[in-house]
Amino acid sequence: MAREVSTGRKALVTAVAWGIGLLIFFPILWTVLTSFKTEGEAVAPHPSFLFFDWTLENYETVNARSDYLLHFWNSVVIALGSTLVGLLIAIPAAWSMAFVPGRRTKDLLMWMLSTKMMPAVGVLVPIYLLARDTGLLDTRVGLVAVLTLVNLPIIVWMLYTYFKEIPGEILEAARMDGASLGSEILYVLTPMAVPGIASTLLLNVILAWNESFWTLNLTAANAAPLTAFIASYSSPEGLFYAKLSAASTMAIAPILILGWFSQKQLVRGLTFGAVK
Amino acid sequence: MATQASRITGRLMLSPAVILLLLWMIVPLAMTIYFSLLRFNLLMPGTEAFAGFENYQYFFTDPSFWPALANTLTLLLGVLAITVVGGIGLAVLLDQPMWGQGIVRILVIAPFFVMPSVSALVWKNMLMNPVNGLFAALARGLGLTPVDFFADVPLASIIVIVAWQWLPFATLILLTAMQSLDQEQMEAAEMDGAGWFWRFLHLTLPHLTRAITVVVLIQTIFLLSVFAEILVTTNGGPGTASTTLTFLVYMQSMLQFDVGLGSAGGIVAVILANIVAVFLMRMIGKNLEG
Repeated sequence: MAREVSTGRKALVTAVAWGIGLLIFFPILWTVLTSFKTEGEAVAPHPSFLFFDWTLENYETVNARSDYLLHFWNSVVIALGSTLVGLLIAIPAAWSMAFVPGRRTKDLLMWMLSTKMMPAVGVLVPIYLLARDTGLLDTRVGLVAVLTLVNLPIIVWMLYTYFKEIPGEILEAARMDGASLGSEILYVLTPMAVPGIASTLLLNVILAWNESFWTLNLTAANAAPLTAFIASYSSPEGLFYAKLSAASTMAIAPILILGWFSQKQLVRGLTFGAVK
Repeated sequence: MATQASRITGRLMLSPAVILLLLWMIVPLAMTIYFSLLRFNLLMPGTEAFAGFENYQYFFTDPSFWPALANTLTLLLGVLAITVVGGIGLAVLLDQPMWGQGIVRILVIAPFFVMPSVSALVWKNMLMNPVNGLFAALARGLGLTPVDFFADVPLASIIVIVAWQWLPFATLILLTAMQSLDQEQMEAAEMDGAGWFWRFLHLTLPHLTRAITVVVLIQTIFLLSVFAEILVTTNGGPGTASTTLTFLVYMQSMLQFDVGLGSAGGIVAVILANIVAVFLMRMIGKNLEG
């Protein structure tokens, strides 16, 4: 039975919800708009909302600085790299816990989760010194390694909750039909696991892209991803609002779009399956 | 049903993840504990010496320690209050029938995907700047004196920025929980003449309890580690007005190169986080049974 709602009430709810939604979204909208202004208009005492001379010069300026592209590329490599390595390690682990559970599987899962609870600052010094002494400080390889480990528990957990939903009877049926373990994984499990793996990949790329403790502390000029590059704008020099906006817009746009596609997975991934 | 062979295969598939996480957890933590017992400054190599609990003593008697602890808790509780209350409100609102629900959802969720350094810089420069910021322009338009947010109310300003980033998370999770609310029960209560507020208090809130707990616990884990927002906006200042424990440890180890002292602070942070973690683990563990 669908609930009857008066049009008047629906209109009111719509107006309030859109108002609040736009208010929350406003800082992002304002950044995007400012990125199309000239520096002069960006700091005008009476800022204009839409009626200014739209320009792309800030994007050109930011892109012309070759280091912007380097940092963008660093972000891509670090976010994708740590996610793919993480998946490579986590898929077999999650598979085994979901389909060949032992008596200790639950404890193991909880223990993996507990490693995520450790505040980063508690291991900042040793990780920094280890990275320095192994020459991995300010390298993409070093950051990929650290972020892989930081997010591995979330990857394992997400995959586990997805794999858990694949009915075990299908595997038994395949086994009775004489499928070997290899073909069982390849032809039966993989097709069913692909959506779960894809969601995990998406969420983890977002988390790694925005990770801001290790990326800020372990990088300098060479391997700094966008998080660290943009943080370096924190001491303003001259007129830079419009360029800052352009750099920011480019840094958040890809993830914003990915994020909107992954709303559902976000809930599951970030609550470790406690809310679905 | 698992055969011996598949059990062994399972173990093998599990071991890389387990071994890596075991190393990741034990090695650095053991090193931090070890460093915390040393007199160890990176600027004075070769002078390391066993110091017992001296570093802990210094850390607790550091004039920045109590303000940092107070700031950590204020930030935590402030952000939690805003996001939980706001999140419940938004979840209830967004659950109503309306036009363009999907788009409103997208608008509300967006801040969560903005990287911390970008949101901190945008708020600092374009909104809260006392000269060129939009808030200053609005204040002038209303004939008021613009507020210098990061000088006058640094911690409150950071709370606003962090709450803006986490409100979407709370909303999204509470909204997901709302959608599993039993509609028939709601309608039955409505037909029995129960008012909106009664239904919210006796049906909606109890249904959301579990999700609220999860939101509080998970946010706590992340909020104890807030870093970029402080680094970019105030650098912990003015004075210690916006220094948190995480930031204090960062300053001691990365700026003053006092590895011993920073490590002791790190261990204190770990203990603090563990107290929270125990509760969170229990919640999630309970769910695993079902």
